[in-house]
Amino acid sequence: MKQQLLAIVVAAFALGTAYAAPVSYTLPDETAAFKPGPNLEVVQNNCTACHSADYINTQPRGEKFKRDFWQAEVTKMINVYGAPIDDADVGKIVDYLTSTY
Amino acid sequence: MSLKDIRELKATEIVAVNQCSGNSRGFFNPRVAGGQLANGAMGNARWRGVPLKTVLDMAGVQQGAKQVTFNGMDGPVVDKTPDFIKALDIDHARDGEVMLAYGMNGDDLPVLNGFPLRLVVPGYYGTYWVKHLNEIAVIDSVFDGYWMKSAYRIPDTPDNSVEPGTAPKATIPINRFTVRSFITNVADGAKLKPGSTTLKGIAFDGGKGIKEVAVSIDGGKTWTPAKLGKNLGKYSFREWKLRVKLAAGAYELKVRATNNAGDVQPMNPLWNPPGYLRNVVETVRVTAA
Repeated sequence: MKQQLLAIVVAAFALGTAYAAPVSYTLPDETAAFKPGPNLEVVQNNCTACHSADYINTQPRGEKFKRDFWQAEVTKMINVYGAPIDDADVGKIVDYLTSTY
Repeated sequence: MSLKDIRELKATEIVAVNQCSGNSRGFFNPRVAGGQLANGAMGNARWRGVPLKTVLDMAGVQQGAKQVTFNGMDGPVVDKTPDFIKALDIDHARDGEVMLAYGMNGDDLPVLNGFPLRLVVPGYYGTYWVKHLNEIAVIDSVFDGYWMKSAYRIPDTPDNSVEPGTAPKATIPINRFTVRSFITNVADGAKLKPGSTTLKGIAFDGGKGIKEVAVSIDGGKTWTPAKLGKNLGKYSFREWKLRVKLAAGAYELKVRATNNAGDVQPMNPLWNPPGYLRNVVETVRVTAA
C-alpha cells in the first residue's frame, strides 16, 4: 500500500502577495476540420471534446493503417482514456475513419 | 507553501532543453500512431526557480522514501481519463538540479509554459516537466499511475530500441535525452550559391555535454569537426558552425554529435513502438547552382 509521507501544496493565487494576479490565455480558433464522410456528426460529437481533427488527419496511411488500426485507436480512447462513447457509435466511428482517412 | 514562499527562497538558474518524448515521431519508419511531429517539438530556455531539493529538505524526507510524484492544476476533460501525474526517484529529485521554476528567459512563466510553477528536469524528456505544479508527494513505493506505469515507456534493451515493427519484451519509463544535432540555417531542398557557405546549427544531449560536432558534405564519407559555440551548460543547446565550400552540384549534408560520455548519433535510425528517442544523424539535401 502506498503511504504518503509528505504533501506540499502550492497556492498559486495567494491573496495579498505580489504574485496574486491571475493570468489567462485565449485559445486560437480551431482551424482543422473533419473531412466529409459517413457518420460525420457522430465523429464530431464524440471526438472533438478532447482532440482536434488534425490529430486524426496526420496519422499514418497505408496498408497497415486500415480498419484494424482505427478500431484499436477508438478502443484505446474508450478503455484507456475513458471516452464516453456509446456502443452503438463505435462501429460508426470506425467506419468513418476507415473510409475517410 | 505559497508561491510567495517559494519565490523568497534562494533562486538558481539553469539553461536547459525541453524536448517532447515524441519529437520527430513523424519520421519513424515503419510509421507509428501518435502525434506526427517533425523536429520542432523542442526548445532551449533559461529557467529560474528553486532547487526541488531545497523544498524537500525543508519538508524533511523520511527514511524509506522511494519516489516523488508531481501533479499540476490542470485536469482531464473526462473524469475517467487518468490525471497527469509523473514521478522521479528520490535521489534524482534531490540532486539539486531538478527545479521548481517560476521564471523563463527573464520573465514569469507564460501560461502555456506552465504558469505559475513547473518542474524542470534537466536532460529529461518534457513529459516530466509537469506544468501548473501544485502538489508534490514523497512516497515509499514506485508510483504506479498510468502516465508512468503504462505510458511514456521505452524498450528495456541496451539502446532502447527493438527490431522495427516488433514489440519489446520489457519496458522502462522514458528518461534522458539521446544525443542529437541539427543544421538550422539551411533547409532541406535549399538551393545555394556555389562557393563558401557557413553551416550553423545546434547539438544537445541528456546532460553529459557535447564533446564534438562533425559535419559531412559528402553523405557521410568524410567528416570535419565544427567549431562549437559558447557553452551555456551541459543541458543547453550547444551552437556550432562550420565554413564549407560547395562547388556546383548536389550535396547530402550531415551533422553528427558526440557527447562527453562518447555517445554518438547512429547513422541508421533506431526504432521503438511509441516513436520516442529519435536521434539518427539527420541529412539535409541541397543543391549549389
